[in-house]
This record gives sequence, C-alpha cells and structure tokens, in this order.
Amino acid sequence: MNKINNQWETVIGLEIHVQLSTNSKLFSGASTNFGALPNTQACNVDLAMPGVLPVLNEEVLKMAVKLGIALNARINSPTSFARKNYFYPDSPKGYQISQMDSPIVEGGHLDIELEDGSIKRIGVTRAHLEEDAGKSLHEDFEGQSGIDLNRAGTPLIEIVSEPEISSASEAVAYLKSIHSIIRYLNISDGNMAEGSMRCDANVSVRKRGEGELGTRTETKNVNSFRFVEKAINYEVNRQINVLESGGRITQETRLYDSQANTTRPMRSKEFANDYRYFPEPDLLPVILEKGFIDSIKKEMPELPEEKKNRFTQDYKLSEYDSGLLSADKDLADFFEEAVKISNSSKLTANWIMGEFLAELNKDNLPISDSKVSAKQLGTLISRIEDSTISGKIAKDVFEKMWESSKGPDQIIAEQGLEQVTDDKEIESMIDEVIKNNPEQLQQYQSGKDRLFGFFVGQVMKASQGKANPKQVNDILKSKLEK
Amino acid sequence: MNLDELTLKEQLNGLKDSSFSSVELTEVYLKRINQLDASINSYITVTEDSALEQAKESDKRYKRNEPLLLDGIPIAHKDIFCTEDVLTTCGSKMLSNFKAPYSSTVVSKFKNDGIVMLGKTNMDEFAMGSSNETSYFGPVKNPWNLEYVPGGSSGGSAACVSARLASAATATDTGGSIRQPAALCGLTGIKPTYGRVSRYGMIAFASSLDQGGVLTRTAEDAALMMNTMSGHDHRDSTSLNVEVPDYSKAIEEDISGLRIGLPKEFFEQDMPDYIRNATEDAIKVYKDLGAEFQEISFPNIGLSLPVYYVLAPAECSANLSRYDGVRYGYRCENPKNLEDLYMRTRDEGFGPEVKRRILIGTYALSAGYYDAYYLKAQKCRRLVANDFTEAFKSVDVILSPTTPGTSFKTGEKTSDPIEMYLQDIFTIPANLAGLPGISFPCGQNNNLPIGLQLVGNSLQEGKLLMAAHKFQQVTDWHKEMPNL
Amino acid sequence: MSLSDKELQEIAYLARINIDKKNFPDLKAELDQILSLFNKLNLADTDNVEAMSHPLNLSQPTRKDEVTETNEREKMQGNAPLVQSGLFLVPKVIEGDN
Repeated sequence: MNKINNQWETVIGLEIHVQLSTNSKLFSGASTNFGALPNTQACNVDLAMPGVLPVLNEEVLKMAVKLGIALNARINSPTSFARKNYFYPDSPKGYQISQMDSPIVEGGHLDIELEDGSIKRIGVTRAHLEEDAGKSLHEDFEGQSGIDLNRAGTPLIEIVSEPEISSASEAVAYLKSIHSIIRYLNISDGNMAEGSMRCDANVSVRKRGEGELGTRTETKNVNSFRFVEKAINYEVNRQINVLESGGRITQETRLYDSQANTTRPMRSKEFANDYRYFPEPDLLPVILEKGFIDSIKKEMPELPEEKKNRFTQDYKLSEYDSGLLSADKDLADFFEEAVKISNSSKLTANWIMGEFLAELNKDNLPISDSKVSAKQLGTLISRIEDSTISGKIAKDVFEKMWESSKGPDQIIAEQGLEQVTDDKEIESMIDEVIKNNPEQLQQYQSGKDRLFGFFVGQVMKASQGKANPKQVNDILKSKLEK
Repeated sequence: MNLDELTLKEQLNGLKDSSFSSVELTEVYLKRINQLDASINSYITVTEDSALEQAKESDKRYKRNEPLLLDGIPIAHKDIFCTEDVLTTCGSKMLSNFKAPYSSTVVSKFKNDGIVMLGKTNMDEFAMGSSNETSYFGPVKNPWNLEYVPGGSSGGSAACVSARLASAATATDTGGSIRQPAALCGLTGIKPTYGRVSRYGMIAFASSLDQGGVLTRTAEDAALMMNTMSGHDHRDSTSLNVEVPDYSKAIEEDISGLRIGLPKEFFEQDMPDYIRNATEDAIKVYKDLGAEFQEISFPNIGLSLPVYYVLAPAECSANLSRYDGVRYGYRCENPKNLEDLYMRTRDEGFGPEVKRRILIGTYALSAGYYDAYYLKAQKCRRLVANDFTEAFKSVDVILSPTTPGTSFKTGEKTSDPIEMYLQDIFTIPANLAGLPGISFPCGQNNNLPIGLQLVGNSLQEGKLLMAAHKFQQVTDWHKEMPNL
Repeated sequence: MSLSDKELQEIAYLARINIDKKNFPDLKAELDQILSLFNKLNLADTDNVEAMSHPLNLSQPTRKDEVTETNEREKMQGNAPLVQSGLFLVPKVIEGDN
C-alpha cells in the first residue's frame, strides 16, 4: 500500500557514480576495457605494489570540466585529491584516492521535467573524481571470494545532488537527465546494467510542514531506472510505517533486493565508517587554467535541453516528440540526418518513433547497429512525399529494407511497387470494378454509403495496393455520383 | 692500499686507467662481506652471482672504451628500493618473501650508469627507527664498535659503507635516516631537496617527507652518486622537473663569502660538551676557509618533533594499509574470515614500532581529532618552513651538529620511544621544509664519529656538497676508518 | 590526554591490527607518551596560517590518456599468497559490493 499521502513528505538525495570512458585508468596506464580476463588489466600501480605512485590522466579533467559546464556548476581551481581510508579486498591500497575539500565541480543544478510538464530545479552539490574499486566474485570458490582488480583504478565521477528531490518519479527523471547528459558529452556510456552508472539513494521522510529533516538511510545496489523507482518507493513506505508505529529510523546503509522488492540493512560497525580523509600527499593540487576551461566550453556539444528546444522551434515538432527524439543523442542525430533528405520533419519523426524504434527493439539493437541507415529512411519518406508509394506500401518496403539492407528505390523498382498515379489508368480500374460489382453499385446508389469503402478496397486490390488512394477516392466519387 | 680503502672517485679512476678490473674490485668486496658481515649484519641480501656478471659486463665495456658513468663501481641499495626479481624486504617480516616485480627508478638509473649491485642493505622496519634495531632481520652493528648502533633507518647502508663492504650505498631519509647514520658511522650522507630524487619504487613511509639519497665516504663521491640518482621522473608526480647540475663541477666552486647561519635554538638544546667542541672546531675551519657566520633564529623549531610525530605516522598509517596478506607479502595461517586475515596478518607481520606508529597515525586522523592533531600539525609545519625561508634571506647554509650525541649501545634506548625520537631533533626540520641536508664527519669521541650538518635552500645540493668537500680538503675526519 | 581501552580498541580495529588484551596497558602507556608530544602543538598560534600538505609549491602534472601497461599477470601474481584462475583469493566476503 502506498503510504505517500498528504501527511508525509519525502526527501531524497541521489549520489550517482559515473564511470568515465577513458582508454586508461585514472592514475595508471592500464587499460579500462570491459570483459578482460581477471587481473590482466591490473598493473603494479593498480595492485598497490610497494613503492608505486599515482599519475593523473589528463582526459578525466576534460571530462569532468565538460560535466561541470553542463551542470551549470563552478569549476574549482585548484582542485585536489584526498585519501579515503577503509579496508576491503577490492580496494588494494587500503584507501581510495578521492576528493574531499575542493572537488573539481561544485554548486550546479539540473532542471527536470515533472510528470505534469512543469520544470523543477534540482541542485547539484558537487561532482568529484575518484578511482573505482575492483570486483569480488563469490561463486566457484569454496568458502573463498576471488578478487579481480581489472576495474580497480578506473576513473569515476561521483555526482551528488542536493536533497531536493521529492519523489521516486522525480528521482528517475533526474537520473534519466544525468544519463542523457553524460552520453551527450560522450564521457560515459551510462550503462546501469553493466555498472558504468550506479545510483545510491539517500531517503528520509518527515511530516509535512516539519522543518527538520528526518533520519536518512542510504540504499545501494539499484541497477536500473525501474529499480530506482521501486527501491525508493519501498524505502519511503517502510520508513513511514516504522514512524507511524512509534519506531525510529536507524541511520544505515541498506541493500535493495530486486527479487523481493525490499531493502535490507548492511551489517557494518558504526565507527568503521570513519574514513579519516586527509590530503593525498602523492598528488599535487591541480590547476585548471581559464584558457583550458574556455577551450572546453567552445567544444561543448549541444545538450539535450538545447536540442529539444531547437527541435520544437526549427522542426515545428511537438514538445513530446522533441523530448523523445532528443533524449538520446544517437536518435537525435539519426532523425536530423533523415530529415535532411526527406524534408518532412513531422512524417520523419513519426516514422522514427514508430516503425524504426519498433524494429530496433524487436531485434534488440542499438541505433549504431541499425539495419536501415538514416539516409535510407529519409529517402523512403521522400518517396511517400512525392507519391511514388503510399504510406501503407512504405511500411512493407521498410520491412524489406530492414531484412535485406537494400535501399528503398531498389526495392520499389524490384518489386514494382510504384504507385499508380495516372488518372486514366485508375479510371479504367475503377470502371472495371464497377462493372464487376453491379449489386453493390445498386445498393450504394440506393443509399448504402458505407459501400464506398468496399469499392475503394476492390480498386486497391485490383491495383495491388499501388493505386494512389486520394486519386482513387476522387475519381470513384465522381463515377459513383452518376 | 687495499682496493676497498680507495674512495669511489679513486676506484673510478683506477678502473678507467685499467689499474684493476671491476671483477677484481667486486671480488674484494664480496670477500670482505663473507668475512665481516656476519658480525655487522649490514646486508639482508647479497647478490653475489649477478654482481660478478655485472662486473664482467662492465669490464667488457671498459675494454671497448665505452664505459658508462659509474661503470663497474660496486654499490649497495637500501632494501627499501624495489629491485626487479630480487628480494625487497624493507626490513620487515611483512615483505620477507617479496621479490619485487619491477625496479625503482633509482635502481634503474644506477643500473643504466653501469654500477655493480652487491646486494640490499638492512634497515629499520619500514624506515621507522633511528638505530636499525627494529629490523626483522636483526640489528645492525656499528663498525666503529660492534656493541653500538649504526643509526637508522639506513643503518645497513651506513654500516656497509663504513666497514668498506661497498663503495657507496643508496639510502632514504624521512626524519634524518641518512644524516643520522652518516654521523654515527663517520660518513658523508646527503638528503636532497624533496622531489630531486624519484620516489617511484621507493617503498613509502611518509610520502611528503621521504627522500632518497646516498651514503659515501667523501663529498666528492656523493656528488658522483647524486649525478646519477637525481632527475625528473614522470612516474612520480612529486618529482621536480628541473635540470640536474653537474655536482662534480659544483663542488669545485669558490667557498669564500659563503654565509653560514648558526641557529640559536639548536645550540640551546641539551648536548654533551664533546659535541659542542667538535662543532666549534668545525666553525673555525670554515672561518679559515673564508666563510662568514651569522646567528639566526628558528622560533618555531620546538614544534618540529611534535609535527613530525603527527604527520609521519598519519601518512604511514595509510601507506601501510596495503599490507594485508591479499596480493603479496606475509599472510597469517588459516584465517577464519576476512577480518581475521587482516587483523592477524598485520599483527604478526609488523614489528612493535611500526604498529605503534600506525596506531598513532590512525588516531591523529580519526574523527574528532583531525583538526586538533593532523590539521594543526600541517599548519605548524608551515611555521617551521617559514623559519627557513626567513633564514635563507640572509644566509646560504645553516650549520649545526647532526645528532645530540655519538652512537649509543644496542638496546640502550629501545625502552623509551621518545628518547629514540630525540635522535632526530636536528635533522627533522629539513624534512618538514623539504630542504636538502648533508652530514659529514667533524670529530670523534671515544673512537665514535661526530657529524656536522649543513642544511641548504631548495635545490642547493651543489652548495652543500661544495661546503662539505672544501671541509674535507683541509681536514682528515672523513679519512678515518674503523678497524675492520 | 590518555587513551581509554575503548579508544585503543577502536583505533586498532580501524587499523586492522589485532592487539592482545594483555598488551593493552603497556601499549597504552607507550602511546600516551607519544601523544603527550602533541600537546606542544596547542601552544602554537596558527590563526591565518595555511596548512602545508606538500613541501613543493607546484601543480600536478598529467599524463596522456594512453594504454601503456601490458598484461603481466603472472609476474604480478608471483608473490601472491593464494591465487586461483587468475583471482586473488580471500576468505569469503559476505557483504554486498561497496
């Protein structure tokens, strides 16, 4: 039962870890490629061998600055690193190099669209760089866990929101927005299932009108947008139930169980969370020159919000259509390339949101692996516009294009699918149909208007669907009027 | 004269003009090691076979007349420098079976200049100590008197050079670990400016204080070693990207007019008369050489020891977290669970001094204490550094005794950690400020050497070496050798 | 300032070093001695003094985003106490991933 009602207010803050798509690691020259054999991409620095030292990857600075600009935040210079001390087998140094006092990005915001269409501004407290940990594998080893440090040292940027999110659906909107931005900026592939984007939710509740924040819990292990929503809703309800029955919320970290749709507390000693942060002595403060930041500003790609507005304005699309098309950069690019050829933005938008996405989803392909190119789709739509084929026939052509990878013109020619647009030809077909259906003609002329559809159908059948529907309509009408 | 009695410079000349071969020279040292090191314990690992191989290769190069900079000179590396495929223990049980999978930049540089590596020297465990009594591999003895300590943490390197079991040795200095053993063993020891020598592959104790340096019998030898050892390393972010001068040329520069500062507060410290007298004698020598003296003040010097004993343990508590029995090193037997693995591995693998410092460091960084201890210490560090900045406005180098006394007996100071820490009272300030310091012999008491320290401004190693060299040209303390 | 047993226990846990209860008194005494040094810091006036994390007053260099390290797994695992199928083995970790 959903307890979120007028009595209670939800306060949510999200911490999103984004894996940056660099070639090499944050502090070492080992590869970051996914899927390598265990510990084949863990060099001496990643393994925390005695005597090793970190050296900073310049690309992560560019990526972080891009993100900061996209989040309307301040870029801190100098920005410096700190050691976050804790023991865990996937953290080989016994500390993680992270950022504490002067994170590279600070004080930004993100505008999200709520369900009712209004815009809400969510503050972004900070975004800082840190290194990822390795992985523990628990199966296959009796009573043991196997540690793979390939992932150790991969660069992460942790984006921390202000606790200004008020519902699970807002949280998802925020998360989707971040997802869109990082893909647009090409700094991460943002794949939650694979772990290149991870979300932890800090959730608390309070009685509506109460000033003080309630005790919050941190929920981890949510690896999809859907699970984020479910996990938050579960946790909110759980907290309300506890408080309503007179209990108190324990400040703790909880794990989301997607099977059972519950959260349960992680066991850990309270004072063990003393990370004893101190400035990283092996790294010097990073100075980001104004020139460096300015050059990145110039190179910034158009962001989702800008693109959406441009689509609405320039292509005269609806807010909804613009929103959908601009959410994914690849999709937006596909659309624009297709429109260049087809010159019909509305029709192209419909085709992409309809047939195109349907085929992609059916075959479970990303846009980059589409069987039909944007140019080809654009050409197909032009053929509808110039009446070479009807919209209905175009659907068949599209299917054949997907299967065969042939272009629309080739298929139309091969299958003889060109529309029949010659009035005389249509007229003669219509005459033939009328001649062959005297009973229906009589019935129509005595008042059964809906038989018009029958005649249209017969003409289309006779023409194998190729007769231009509008012309059929017009000529049939005039013929039947007699 | 025996080959081992020659200085490094003399040996280099001898090799160049074929008076002897590197193999001969190396064999002399290996023989002496076999004869004498059992009673000194300066080496943890002697790499006899590879040393002779390297010596052979060196001789070939001499024959071809293509010698490298230090070709054929047998040296030892402190066991804190990673040496690929060779045991690198850091004086600890924790790494007693650790064969490094890569070499430190320092070791590579010396290799590239053709030295012969005799082995890895003993040291205080993880460089924590001032007497080389905390090593898992047993204490090192002072060649001047085997009942006495050689100093630490580079006690092995110092003893080995002093006993002529190597021509020179690399070492490290975090609070005085090169200079203090140099003083106690009658050697020249230099700790360069922070960042002058790469820390890549140099097992970390306190990252913002550690520096690699050398122990030799003369300043001239130290200059040669420093030429090879110094330089920028892109693998070390704290490494200075500044050209290395030719230190061998620098030592020949003119000393007249050198402005030497005498820190008032240093001389107010408790120290025996023989130290004061030896220092006075040294001051006279410098006056005769044409140097000018000035009294300077270090109002914040009393903060040095507390600052050091907050910061060094704090940094080391994090640096030593990687020793957990998972990827290398010691692991306890039959760990019941993960916690047990960590807790027992680290209890059994580390010695008591190391554990003390890790605990102190952890405490200083812990919630509630960070501001009062760690942060406060970092600010006080700035005050100490500022004293130096102020002093160097009017002087070129700062002179003081290196230690508050000569060597002491093994076991004499082990029951009182603070008494041991006081050994470093004159050396620590230079580490806090990241400045170069040198120690060289200036006297003896009861047949135990006394050291003089000079501290210079940033990147003034050349000036320090020059001042030491000029001193050694008119005195004989550095020529004294223990009877071994 | 004197360390309590509880504090010593907590620090030892944070540092993951097992200390036998019987060693507590001696260890506490040693640590208290060292901690007494810290009192001197309180005497210093550090208002408006900037903390010194590095002796160098320089900025961090960077490296190009290139893969420079090759797979040397066998060599790197040469000192590993317990390895299987290329993985470092530890007693089973129960908690969910950090």
